[in-house]
Amino acid sequence: MECVFGLVGNGFAIVAADTSAVHSILVHKSNEDKIMVLDSHKLVAASGESGDRVQFTEYIQKNVALYQFRNGIPLTTAAAANFTRGELATALRKNPYFVNILLAGYDKETGPSLYYIDYIATLHKVDKGAFGYGSYFCLSLMDRHYHSGMTVDEAIALVDKCIMEIRSRLVVAPPNFVIKIVDKDGAREYAWRESVKDTAVPAA
Amino acid sequence: MSRRYDSRTTIFSPEGRLYQVEYAMEAIGNAGSAIGILSKDGVVLVGEKKVTSKLLQTSTATEKMYKIDDHVACAVAGIMSDANILINTARVQAQRYTYAYQEPMPVEQLVQSLSDTKQGYTQFGGLRPFGVSFLFAGWDKNFGFQLYMSDPSGNYGGWKAAAIGANYQAAQSMLKQDYKDDITREEAIQLALKVLSKTMDSTSLTSEKLELAEVFLLPSGEVKYQVCSPESLSKLLVKSGVTQPAAEAS
Repeated sequence: MECVFGLVGNGFAIVAADTSAVHSILVHKSNEDKIMVLDSHKLVAASGESGDRVQFTEYIQKNVALYQFRNGIPLTTAAAANFTRGELATALRKNPYFVNILLAGYDKETGPSLYYIDYIATLHKVDKGAFGYGSYFCLSLMDRHYHSGMTVDEAIALVDKCIMEIRSRLVVAPPNFVIKIVDKDGAREYAWRESVKDTAVPAA
Repeated sequence: MSRRYDSRTTIFSPEGRLYQVEYAMEAIGNAGSAIGILSKDGVVLVGEKKVTSKLLQTSTATEKMYKIDDHVACAVAGIMSDANILINTARVQAQRYTYAYQEPMPVEQLVQSLSDTKQGYTQFGGLRPFGVSFLFAGWDKNFGFQLYMSDPSGNYGGWKAAAIGANYQAAQSMLKQDYKDDITREEAIQLALKVLSKTMDSTSLTSEKLELAEVFLLPSGEVKYQVCSPESLSKLLVKSGVTQPAAEAS
């Protein structure tokens, strides 16, 4: 039921993920941030087994940081994506990670990019991608409305269309989403889309 | 001289020296020299061949220069059999990086990785250090053309011009005098040949006694490593004034 999707626009890449943490029929929390800031100019939106998700993405994040400390230069988005895929591939036939990832990044020389990495170590460089049941709706919507070189406003409008579609058409639809963006100024949170807010706890 | 401290690599002498490492560098001081010069549009490597015999079968094999990856090459000075091991190690390290990241390994990282390997042999395992010094020449998108020198201790440095092997101090001071920052690749070749001819023992230099290689960029943006053919090398030697056209001793 987890949904993660993203697209590349004009000088930026955007990813959105649902924020529900679910165990069987129980929703643990509805504000779980599944988009990790990998480094100053990279985002990792991950979905899948929750323990694996955190373990694997933190492992990648720390290795990316280690590379930068050791070598004084950051990894390119492509290098980070290939490294991530390699780790999934190595673990696949022993102790696989059930984590699907959309890796969005911005490199000065090559601009924004988006990489689709699934749990069996498939790697594709894409303009738009999505994981989960929500992908059935998102991919169709993005196929219809996406064009290369979209502005941030156009891209957000498309993201919101996807969120609306997921909310209205998916049977156990996650109510809340987080949207993050990466461009030449770095990776940062863009907005939350909440239709269900936790009730405020009254002060004692 | 504290002779009792020199037989094991894993101990310091009372003066704080590692004798085995120093002896390894001695071995290199007796080997054929090599010079590397960094220019604006490429890196030049020149090496002195010690083994010159008409009986030697040389097709494409080189004695001093080796390609590590498409974008990095090296010149060696020292014990050739040790060099072969390290060259293979460097090649594997470069491919391992490309396997993981799908990108060419940055030159300094390759040199550092190999230097770390060399350092291991000065600290543990009880094995002797490698009797090889390297001059690495390469190009990457982070820092462009680069020249590195590494020695048996596992130290390495980035250089504009460097010399290893026999008479390297003399070559180094000559390079220091004549090198200028905006040197072109052609000028660098001339300088390298001149310096090498002065520091080599032989009275007359022919293309049989030398190897010349360049690392530069093709118009397509690809990195090219090219070993000079003996014919072109002879012409270059004449052009740089090292040999007279009628083959008189200079």
